Amino acid sequence: MTAPNAASARSAPPNGIAPLLAVRDLVKHFPITRGVFRRRVGAVRAVDGVSLDVFPGETLALVGESGCGKTTTGRAILRLIEPSAGEIRFDGADVRALGGDALRRLRRQMQIIFQDPFSSLNPRMTVGAIVREGLTIHKLAEGEAADARVRELLDEVGLRADVASRYPHEFSGGQRQRIGIARALAVEPRFIVCDEPVSALDVSVQAQVINLLEDLQREHGLAYLFIAHDLSVVEHIADRVAVMYLGHIVELADADELYRRPIMPYTQALLSAVPVPDPTRQRHRIILSGDVPSPANPPSGCPFHPRCPHPRKDDACTRLVPPLEEKEPGHLVACIKQTPTTVSWPEQQSAGGTMQPERIIPDALG
Amino acid sequence: MTSTPAASAPLLSIRDLSTWFHTGGRSVARAVDGVSFDVMPHETVGLVGESGCGKSVTSLSILRLIERPGRIEPGSRIDFEGRDLLSLDDRAIRAIRGNRISMIFQEPMTSLNPVFTVGDQIAEVARVHSTASRREAWERAVDMLQQVGVPAPADRAREYPHQLSGGLRQRAMIAMALMMHPALLIADEPTTALDVTIQAQILELLAELQTRVGMSILLITHDLGVIAESATRVLVMYAGQIVEEAPVRTLFDAAHHPYTEGLLSAMPRLGDRRERLTVIPGTVPSPTQWPAGCRFHDRCAYAWDRCRTDAPPLYQIGAGHVSRCHLAAEPARRRAPAFAAAAPAS
Repeated sequence: MTAPNAASARSAPPNGIAPLLAVRDLVKHFPITRGVFRRRVGAVRAVDGVSLDVFPGETLALVGESGCGKTTTGRAILRLIEPSAGEIRFDGADVRALGGDALRRLRRQMQIIFQDPFSSLNPRMTVGAIVREGLTIHKLAEGEAADARVRELLDEVGLRADVASRYPHEFSGGQRQRIGIARALAVEPRFIVCDEPVSALDVSVQAQVINLLEDLQREHGLAYLFIAHDLSVVEHIADRVAVMYLGHIVELADADELYRRPIMPYTQALLSAVPVPDPTRQRHRIILSGDVPSPANPPSGCPFHPRCPHPRKDDACTRLVPPLEEKEPGHLVACIKQTPTTVSWPEQQSAGGTMQPERIIPDALG
Repeated sequence: MTSTPAASAPLLSIRDLSTWFHTGGRSVARAVDGVSFDVMPHETVGLVGESGCGKSVTSLSILRLIERPGRIEPGSRIDFEGRDLLSLDDRAIRAIRGNRISMIFQEPMTSLNPVFTVGDQIAEVARVHSTASRREAWERAVDMLQQVGVPAPADRAREYPHQLSGGLRQRAMIAMALMMHPALLIADEPTTALDVTIQAQILELLAELQTRVGMSILLITHDLGVIAESATRVLVMYAGQIVEEAPVRTLFDAAHHPYTEGLLSAMPRLGDRRERLTVIPGTVPSPTQWPAGCRFHDRCAYAWDRCRTDAPPLYQIGAGHVSRCHLAAEPARRRAPAFAAAAPAS
């Protein structure tokens, strides 16, 4: 939340290219109230100081388990949920300072695709009307031109043009997700938050939708913030990956680097827990004890310390919030026990540290 | 049957199980349509398939939990520990449920009763199926919670389901299911609603309990990764039928059925960054109108005339390996690569 995080999000940007989206120290706390006067008794710290950049045409994946704040982060960036603090810049514009027409114009460039293809489409509107709505709101096309554009969009997502007159309930999950994608594409966005877009789909259909998202990205130069919990899907689709835990980004790196050499103990455990469809493979699996703590009552210091299996975990981990720091070129990690760290040994000792950090080569996932 | 050595007799034997839903009019949803398989003592059988393939209806049929308009059709047979479950009266089947055969479900929140404490619900199993006193039942419930790795079990037993996390709820469900040391545990997507780190805990727990209690597990899931790590034998369902059955290694090394092949290649996996995922075109057909011939033919890259008219039988491919595909009779028609030509969707 403080200074160390501020410059954090730049993992391996393409040289000289400015980020399309720059988020700094984003915070969203939901108040917990009690009694008829709704007295505020605490807060759910859903997002607690998140910084990230998304570059034009890339896919940044945001992964983590339920309750880690990934969905809230995505929605706060679009201001579908009003952030409590932090800075969001889209193409240079200060998103949090905008209102009214200016915000509406900006939203044309920032779209979202939702997880649940059953509840995210209005059951009383035809598919054509759903896709067309954005065209009307943003005054992009009317009448015949709008009809033609709707047909073009449906074709682009692999649906026949005659589906425009039908209603969402007539479609399967995968087809509905295609409708949701057509709706997002209608306003010609540059950036799309994909919030678990394939989690509700069966494997065979999931592959169709992933391929479609990749095709559209290539054709339109779209940037994605891809929010997901399925690490196999993320490895396939992401250029860079940010791992979230209890409202914090705890590791951020290129996808290849992160999957090959995870540094944060949480990421290592997360990757080792993914079931692999290969019965011959003997794996060293890290089983974490316990559950994710409640974001209403997060642990002090490193949010992961109560479950952390790191052999050098000590009292310093319970007192110091680890800064997200660059441990390898372009590889950002929040852990004071994985060297190199800017939190010096004397500093750790004064916070109760008894185990000096030492480079530990992460046990490769084999 | 009496001459068969006990070790080789199946614990559960299902023959020609058909569970149809007579939803009015002339349409009948043939959700499960002629399914046969065995579960041997102490083994874990994986039942895998996508939504609507009939895997959950199969498991509910075993416990006779099918309600109208669903019906287990005449001619179906389910033998368990030498008894025909379909001919038992309601009292007799109730004595088996939760006792000799237990079930755990995907969503522990909806399967636990919100107005009773977890301990009461687990203890009730012992009260129903044994002569245990109220206090004995409670003590056994607490003991069971401890065995499934619930911390501070005596305190947790006094809590209500909503007070527990998803992982703890699933452990409480498992405790309830294992209370009577069942011979067969049916686990229907037991980890689908859980995060991967919690899923890993639960799968580990199930494997450990299986060794300790010596039960068989019928593991129903859509996740081939979970199957690979837990099952010894796999059944693949598609459109109400079993389309392939194989030992787990055979299935992953040498899948025969084009649907299995498609499923395996459609899933992204760790360490495999292909440019494009291969896809199975189209969608699962509706159970009220399964396609004629092979039910997979309209999505199959190898299909030829025969597939459109002749329903394939289960062909023997190898030891313990069967496949419902005419390619077994005409292998030359399998031309590689089947699903590689994934054209852009647009």
